[in-house]
Amino acid sequence: MSQDIFVVVEHLRGQVADISYLMLAAARELSKGIGGNVVAVLLGHKAEGLAGSLAADQVLYLDHPALAEFTSDAYQKALSGLIGEKQPRVVLLGSTTIGSDVAGGLSIQLGLPLASSCRSFSADGKFVSQICGGKIMAEGDLPSPTALVTMVPGGYKPEAGQSAQAPALTRLEVAGLDALRVSLAKYIEPEAGDVDISKEPLLIAVGRGIQQQDNIQLAEDLAQAMGGVVCGSRPVIDQGWLATSRLVGKSGKHVKPKVYLAMGISGAPEHAEAITDSDMIIAINTDPKAPIFEIAKYGTETDLFDLIDPLIEKVKAAKG
Amino acid sequence: MNIVVLMKLVPDLVEELSIDPSGTALDMSWLRLIINEFDDHASEEAILLKERGGGQVTVVAPEYDGVDEVLFTSAARGADRLIKIAGDFVTANNHALARASAAVIKELQPDLVLTGVQANNDLDGPVGPTLAECLGMPYVGYVSGVTVKDGKVTARKEYPGGLIAEMEVTLPAVLGIQAAEQPPRYVAVSKVRMVMKTATIEVRAAEALDPSGGPAVGRMFQPEAAAHAEMITGSPDEVADKLVSIFKEVGLL
Repeated sequence: MSQDIFVVVEHLRGQVADISYLMLAAARELSKGIGGNVVAVLLGHKAEGLAGSLAADQVLYLDHPALAEFTSDAYQKALSGLIGEKQPRVVLLGSTTIGSDVAGGLSIQLGLPLASSCRSFSADGKFVSQICGGKIMAEGDLPSPTALVTMVPGGYKPEAGQSAQAPALTRLEVAGLDALRVSLAKYIEPEAGDVDISKEPLLIAVGRGIQQQDNIQLAEDLAQAMGGVVCGSRPVIDQGWLATSRLVGKSGKHVKPKVYLAMGISGAPEHAEAITDSDMIIAINTDPKAPIFEIAKYGTETDLFDLIDPLIEKVKAAKG
Repeated sequence: MNIVVLMKLVPDLVEELSIDPSGTALDMSWLRLIINEFDDHASEEAILLKERGGGQVTVVAPEYDGVDEVLFTSAARGADRLIKIAGDFVTANNHALARASAAVIKELQPDLVLTGVQANNDLDGPVGPTLAECLGMPYVGYVSGVTVKDGKVTARKEYPGGLIAEMEVTLPAVLGIQAAEQPPRYVAVSKVRMVMKTATIEVRAAEALDPSGGPAVGRMFQPEAAAHAEMITGSPDEVADKLVSIFKEVGLL
């Protein structure tokens, strides 16, 4: 048993993910309340170079060819061995495509408690998680003996988890990575050719509130009048109403336009995290409690279907 | 190909949410529950796999108010077998749900188990990876396409930014579905009503629910917004005028 806080470093194709730095920042804050060292856990193959920017007291580096790219099976096997042996107080993983694939399995396999979607820790070391699309927060004592915690962005700044000085690195042997049941066949690059919404200054974003495919044209009309580009949240893309290249959110693109006009978007955390770098968010949503209004500069509860025609008209008039 | 889909119901976030008198849980008494949309996609993907390669689709769902309709809707879409796990799941966490479902699913000897990659009320991780470990199967989540060939499944796992990883997974396996290859198909209410007359829901009793591994919640609350948008009110014309003036201010018009 130790009081250490482990941070499982997420990286993809040679890039440390922002969530890793954010978790290191969270771990540093948490350590002020509960003590212990901040230990970065890096899994990879010939990936020592990724450790240099991590703001940690120590890096535990697990090197194995089977860890060269993320697969859930190899990661879980490697992590379960390490966590079982070192018994830290807390293990932070991303509430992400990587961390969420292994945390639940680790919890059952090791018999350790798991708290997910943690946004921050209180000064006395309680986890504070967000659920129900960001409408509800759940707070609790860090479960014992080792708390597995998956983290969402929003509570800490990734910059605070970066360091110019490389931390001490300890290389550990990894055993048991045979008979793996999951392997990476290949990566498929996103389709090129469409506009890159992460570089557009004006985005007209549509969400579930657009209701049906035919209504996408309304957004296109507005975008055309204003010189912007239409993008959407997950439900709209999953319906096939817009191309995947237009997806804004955790699983799509992070955007930073001058104006992000969100129409019929509730602002669930998975979407919100991808638009907070916008200069200005304007939200149109009939639900006054929609979380989007908490990150928007301007908002209106006017029904977008009542608003869009006069808006297009007035935009055209203003352009002359 | 024996495919099992695990579905659950979740709070409808369009409704007003409130905290119960204990201050540690959602007040479920007036809460409307709806199908977890990711489970809906998992169900669609299962039907697509069956249509492509044959096999049987069994939909398993824990008991909640309204779950029968969800199960019958699955049958109307093409599911062959419906199983409801009886028990008090309304306040159960995902660890309890995974253990109870694993006991039922194990007996079905599935080749492939599909479930939604997440749900809006997950507080102890999504149910998929927990279920997979209970079943001793591998898990891959954030999947938006599945191909089965030679005792293996190729799962298209989505990473941020549109990158896809093709993961090869040995069967049996559990996959967490982010999106089906086509939107969940619409079935008319009349068709669901017809199915209700002929389809049966098998009921299995859950053993005592074991929630260990989920965190204890000391306090649940609605977040106080640190900031709030400046709200524009008035007629649609007035709101449009104000928006145009904002666009002008920032130099977009």
